[in-house]
Amino acid sequence: MAETLLSVRHLCTRFETERGGFLAVDDVSFDIQRGETFALLGESGCGKSVTSLSIMRLLPEPAGRIVGGQVLLDGVDLLGLPELAMRRVRGNRIAMIFQEPMTSLNPVLSVGDQIAEVVILHRRLRGRAARSAVLELLEAVGIPDPERRYGEFPHQLSGGMKQRVMIAMALAGEPDLLIADEPTTALDVTIQAQVLDLLAELQRWRDMAMLLITHDLGVVAGMADRVAVMYAGQIVEQAPRRSFFAEPRHPYSRKLFQSLPDMHKRDRPLTVIPGTVPALDRPFRACRFAERCELAWQDCREQAPQWHAEGDGGVRCHLYDRLLSSRRPLHAAAAQPVTSEYTQREAPPAGGRLLEVEELKVHFPIQKGLFKRTVGHVHAVDGVSLRIDKGATVALVGESGCGKTTFGKAILQLIRPTAGRVVLEGTDLTRLRGEALRRRRSDFQIIFQDPFSSMNPRMRVEEIIQEGMVTLGLERDPQRRAQRVAELLQQVGLPVEARARYPHEFSGGQRQRICIARALAVRPKLLVCDEPTSALDISVQAQILNLLKDLQRELGLSYLFITHNLSVVGYLADQVAVMYLGRIVEHGRVAEVLNRPAHPYTEALLSAVPAVDADGRREVIRLEGDLPSPAAPPAGCHFHTRCPRAMPVCRERYPPVTELAGGHRVRCFLYGEG
Amino acid sequence: MLAYIVRRLLYAVPILIGINLITFVLFFVVNTPDDMARMHLGMKHVTPEAIAEWKAARGYDKPLLYNEARDGLQRFTDTIFFEKSVRLFAFQFGRSDAGRDIGYDIYQRMWPSLAIAVPVLVFGLLANITAALLLVFFRATYVDTLGVVLLVIMMSVSSLFYIIAGQYVIGKLLHLVPISGYDGGWNALKFIVLPVCIAVLYGLGSGARWYRTLFLEEAGKDYVRTARAKGLSERVVLFRHVLRNALIPILTGVVVILPLLFMGSLVLESFFGIPGLGSYTIDAIRAQDFAIVRAMVFLGSVLYILGLLLTDISYTLVDPRVRIS
Amino acid sequence: MTTVLEEIVGPDTLAYWRGLKPVLLWTDVLVFLLVGVLVICIWYARRREHLRAPWRQVFARPLAMAAAVVMSCFVVVGLLDSVHFREPLQPQGGQDGGQQQEVFHAVEVLSLLDLLLRPLKEQVEKTYSAPFATHLYAKETLELPDGTRVRDYPRLVYGGAHLEDPSERTADVLQRSLAGLATGLGWWLLFALLWVALLAYRHHRPFGSQLRQVLAGRTVLPWRVMLGVLALVFMAVAWAVELAPLYHIFGTDKVGQDVFYQTLKSVRTALVIGTLTTLVMLPFAVLLGLMAGYFRGWVDDVIQYLYTTLNSIPGVLLIASAVLMLQVYIDTHPEMFETAAERADMRLLFLCIILGVTSWTTLCRLLRGEALKLHGVDYVQAAVAFGVPHFRILSRHLLPNVMHIVLITVVLDFSGLVLAEAILSYVGVGVDPSMHSWGNMINGARLEMAREPMVWWSLLAAFVFMFLLVLAANLLADAVRDAFDPRTRDAAAGRES
Repeated sequence: MAETLLSVRHLCTRFETERGGFLAVDDVSFDIQRGETFALLGESGCGKSVTSLSIMRLLPEPAGRIVGGQVLLDGVDLLGLPELAMRRVRGNRIAMIFQEPMTSLNPVLSVGDQIAEVVILHRRLRGRAARSAVLELLEAVGIPDPERRYGEFPHQLSGGMKQRVMIAMALAGEPDLLIADEPTTALDVTIQAQVLDLLAELQRWRDMAMLLITHDLGVVAGMADRVAVMYAGQIVEQAPRRSFFAEPRHPYSRKLFQSLPDMHKRDRPLTVIPGTVPALDRPFRACRFAERCELAWQDCREQAPQWHAEGDGGVRCHLYDRLLSSRRPLHAAAAQPVTSEYTQREAPPAGGRLLEVEELKVHFPIQKGLFKRTVGHVHAVDGVSLRIDKGATVALVGESGCGKTTFGKAILQLIRPTAGRVVLEGTDLTRLRGEALRRRRSDFQIIFQDPFSSMNPRMRVEEIIQEGMVTLGLERDPQRRAQRVAELLQQVGLPVEARARYPHEFSGGQRQRICIARALAVRPKLLVCDEPTSALDISVQAQILNLLKDLQRELGLSYLFITHNLSVVGYLADQVAVMYLGRIVEHGRVAEVLNRPAHPYTEALLSAVPAVDADGRREVIRLEGDLPSPAAPPAGCHFHTRCPRAMPVCRERYPPVTELAGGHRVRCFLYGEG
Repeated sequence: MLAYIVRRLLYAVPILIGINLITFVLFFVVNTPDDMARMHLGMKHVTPEAIAEWKAARGYDKPLLYNEARDGLQRFTDTIFFEKSVRLFAFQFGRSDAGRDIGYDIYQRMWPSLAIAVPVLVFGLLANITAALLLVFFRATYVDTLGVVLLVIMMSVSSLFYIIAGQYVIGKLLHLVPISGYDGGWNALKFIVLPVCIAVLYGLGSGARWYRTLFLEEAGKDYVRTARAKGLSERVVLFRHVLRNALIPILTGVVVILPLLFMGSLVLESFFGIPGLGSYTIDAIRAQDFAIVRAMVFLGSVLYILGLLLTDISYTLVDPRVRIS
Repeated sequence: MTTVLEEIVGPDTLAYWRGLKPVLLWTDVLVFLLVGVLVICIWYARRREHLRAPWRQVFARPLAMAAAVVMSCFVVVGLLDSVHFREPLQPQGGQDGGQQQEVFHAVEVLSLLDLLLRPLKEQVEKTYSAPFATHLYAKETLELPDGTRVRDYPRLVYGGAHLEDPSERTADVLQRSLAGLATGLGWWLLFALLWVALLAYRHHRPFGSQLRQVLAGRTVLPWRVMLGVLALVFMAVAWAVELAPLYHIFGTDKVGQDVFYQTLKSVRTALVIGTLTTLVMLPFAVLLGLMAGYFRGWVDDVIQYLYTTLNSIPGVLLIASAVLMLQVYIDTHPEMFETAAERADMRLLFLCIILGVTSWTTLCRLLRGEALKLHGVDYVQAAVAFGVPHFRILSRHLLPNVMHIVLITVVLDFSGLVLAEAILSYVGVGVDPSMHSWGNMINGARLEMAREPMVWWSLLAAFVFMFLLVLAANLLADAVRDAFDPRTRDAAAGRES
């Protein structure tokens, strides 16, 4: 057994806010061995980031305060060190990288200088020696042309590059422990795969321990040696990766696995964790998860569970207490969630064309020079054709910047397309203006990604839901309208009392439900869902996905589901279109595309998604570099610059559409002539 | 870059035309030259001859926009609009209502104004930044709280009080420096010290408080946390990281007013008897010499627009995020 | 109704009130409009928790609460001074008013404050006298009872006239001061007990425990601080009531007018300039700013051009030019104004407007930026997707979400404007010289600085009152900004993800 590097003992951290204080971290203990990767897994607000900041003693003062416990680094309690000594630990023994590479670098210092700071401070190098050390680091984290990058500023780098710079900065002090706080959450899947690879490689090579903080089970599966699950400020389970993925012990961990969407679950509703995370601003006397746990019995609601250590891990649950679990009533064991089940794969959508998009283009002009002449265009959407049938779900998949959101807004005429047609039930929306367009607006609605900005904070839920009905004149009688609001709230699973409250009183998932109710209020036929679940926690995401699926069955809605999350696609969609730099490169039925991807980009995208199983590590098709700018897309096939299977012809012209079996279409020369 | 500057200059043209039109309407349309003549000659018992004579002496006897009595181009040029407003574009300010050459006066009085305004700006900036940094260094302690309260008290006192109290205590009671007046060369120093000190002290309240907010805003950003996570000391974090970022809005804010320094400070110069452009303007306002006021309005606007241009350029120099291709 | 009133105030007083001719100055109209709007806003906000919460946060700050108390004292003075009327020339005596005769009214416009301060207003000395002085500040040739002539300081006509011997003055002032302070304390005690009783009633608590809560400072809103500041206010008022009729407590000015009276009369001027200036131009700033940011394109270009142009003209010079032109206009059109007060009021209003023109551009630019941001925000896009008309989006979605910026700007501008009035009056383009204002007081006294010994009381009185008002406004503004600005608000409640 390796020796223990860091040992966190009974850590408690308190936050004081205007409305009173709360314990963000409550009695958290864990050990990290030299050279291992320890993952701290949890949903937003569970206290995992506060734990890492407490270790570094970087809590935002004076709001956050460590009120108890020890953080032992090689046996020395960091919490007892004077600030001066603590500074020699930060960056030198323990380094940290943060979630947002965009804001975590100083915008006015060159990246080289920012890395050099650490080299100078902790390795006592000067001048040329410092510079060459920085160049080595840049090289090591895979930044091409380090000499040139040294003098560049953060805004000149892409998100993935910035995170590499952050990693280089963290490595510069040759730390024993690297704390990575959601290092890839802000990045695209393919970039995430690159960065995770890099981290794993560096760690092996330098024999460095890593505390990986994440909400993503896939990342844990691919990276961690041991896992601790946090819930509401406490660690509820800790285990080696293999046994955690083979048999999660805490009911919460089990639920997390079950609520993950994936293609094999598409015939049934996802298991959900009812309710929301409890507020931390009150003392807990019972189990914090009891309210949401279907296995809970009387004891769970009356006393807080103890930590039961088992082998190399442990769990905080009464189920593992011999005495208490013996008192558990038997019928509770059989309790299963009562939800309608899709026992069979529902019949293919009843057909009939709802929406036909033909050669849609959205170009944004780039203006330059003395008189703001238009010197070029950003080809955000560059000739996309798509068909959505009644009652069907078409998923549009792609990385950020590929134009998928613009495409969604262009369908809704929120952005006027440059060219092409959007035909909804025989009417070309791009030709409608003013009142004529307004009358058709009830047929298509949108749900946005960020539940916090998608509702006017100054309006009550009732007013928000009614707005569309009032504007479009759908329900003129106020009483009937109020009744309809009540119906809608019920339909999306919210209590009728919600109508009189303001958006800020709801959690993210509840807000997303309100947004769905708002869209449904005008009885649309088409719903454009623009990443509706990517800002939500896994357990809440499952609730929303179930709701969307139920609504589709009930109301016969069609969805255009815009997302970057392929497992959601597999669960929800009938058809999937993969978008790259403004164009659809592959299109077909979900089972076809996800199981037998034809386009190299789709292949890479699929392989980059971390698999959630005990042997998470598998071959990832690494894509070189970043997404090129849509202002100057590469000549020929846009993907050839990153394609592992590029051929000479790819550089010359854009590949035509090739029809494969079963309506599977792809734009790639691998299939054209073959 | 050059194209950018040229475009900004071109953009300034319609603004200057607008300003010119506003002043023209304000000075010649709201009240007719007759009204102004009557005003200057005293309200009662003014003969039409006296009015005509007053107007003729100052060139206000022409038609406003269109002179029918003339031919060709002169129909437009021999008008009040052309003579008094359009000529401003060429910086031909003409003569004041009292008959002095305004352009010459401006050139003469510019230097005393600068002698006060430049030190006020430089020392004020230093004092404000120092005070703000101190407060930020001691943030969330009693030093910070008391300091902020003191600054709020300082900015709640009228600037006139600083001047009057300063003149009374330093000048009249202690006889350290002359109360007012001005002299050329190095002798100017003893006249300048007091007004500069007073202006810096007055500016400290609002200035330091504003800078403190700027610093605090920067200090709360993610990259500062990164810097701390590197193990840098609080001093290095403050000076290398926070200050550098916060200085960008501060410096560019200073650049806007740089050209306007020529205009001097109205109240300060007037109280201390400094023969600068500020007291020139105040005297003109009090004597209701509209020709001078008009000239100063135009000059001030030109300088401000120049300031805006310099600000945009300085942004591209100071902030690596702003680059003009 | 009438008889009840008659019984309360007495028939003579009632007849006097009936004889008054109300005068509604332009600024009065706007002031009362503002008060009305404020009342409606408070009534509206009271029922909405998300609007109440930040205000509760504002007043929970002890400094802000103290500032609010001081501010409201100024506001009361200002409002009293905003009810204007003219007195009839021949007071209808005790004869029965059977026949209707035409009544002429005095040209002088009075306010309720003037009635309250009538002794101060009418006790005019010859020229300067120091605070609490019994003698004039300048020597005069006096004729003694025996016929000889000497040059000496003459006794004041009103100041300390009740004293037989001027040497009793110090003792008299001290005695009356103590009496005044004691009276104030008494009234305050009564008020404080009533207030605590009211709180006890509202929170359904016994009086004793409520009192202990207040004394220990454990209430949500800092009532202890409020009552403490009020104690000072009560004492100051009672002291002034006791002494001001007998002495010139702040001295007299060049023409012998009581400086205390002038100082109080100046309050309204300061308040009007501080509030009306921003409010007069507010609708334009808000509408144009939002339109520029929302519609973009050519609308944005035009509005940007407009405010850049106005902003380019140095503020003082634009104000100076405009006020000078207005002065010429007023002087050449004397027939438009019935009384001097109306003329001065017109100038005040115009000054507010022109100050507003120079200051609205900042707000407009801020709002434009915010509207640009909000245009892309999802809930506005959702409204567009419903086909909500543009002006509904402006009024329902943009306006409520930029109101915090408007509020912060209005509150922050207030103190600056009060200070600016003094400067403008000094430059000579402030309010009408006949109008009472701190700027005019300072400007008048400045000329006497060279006198030996110095005439300092006018200056000091103006500076101290101005300082109190501006400090209170600044403290309040700070609290408002901290409570409403999302940036500072989020910083206060730092949470993690």
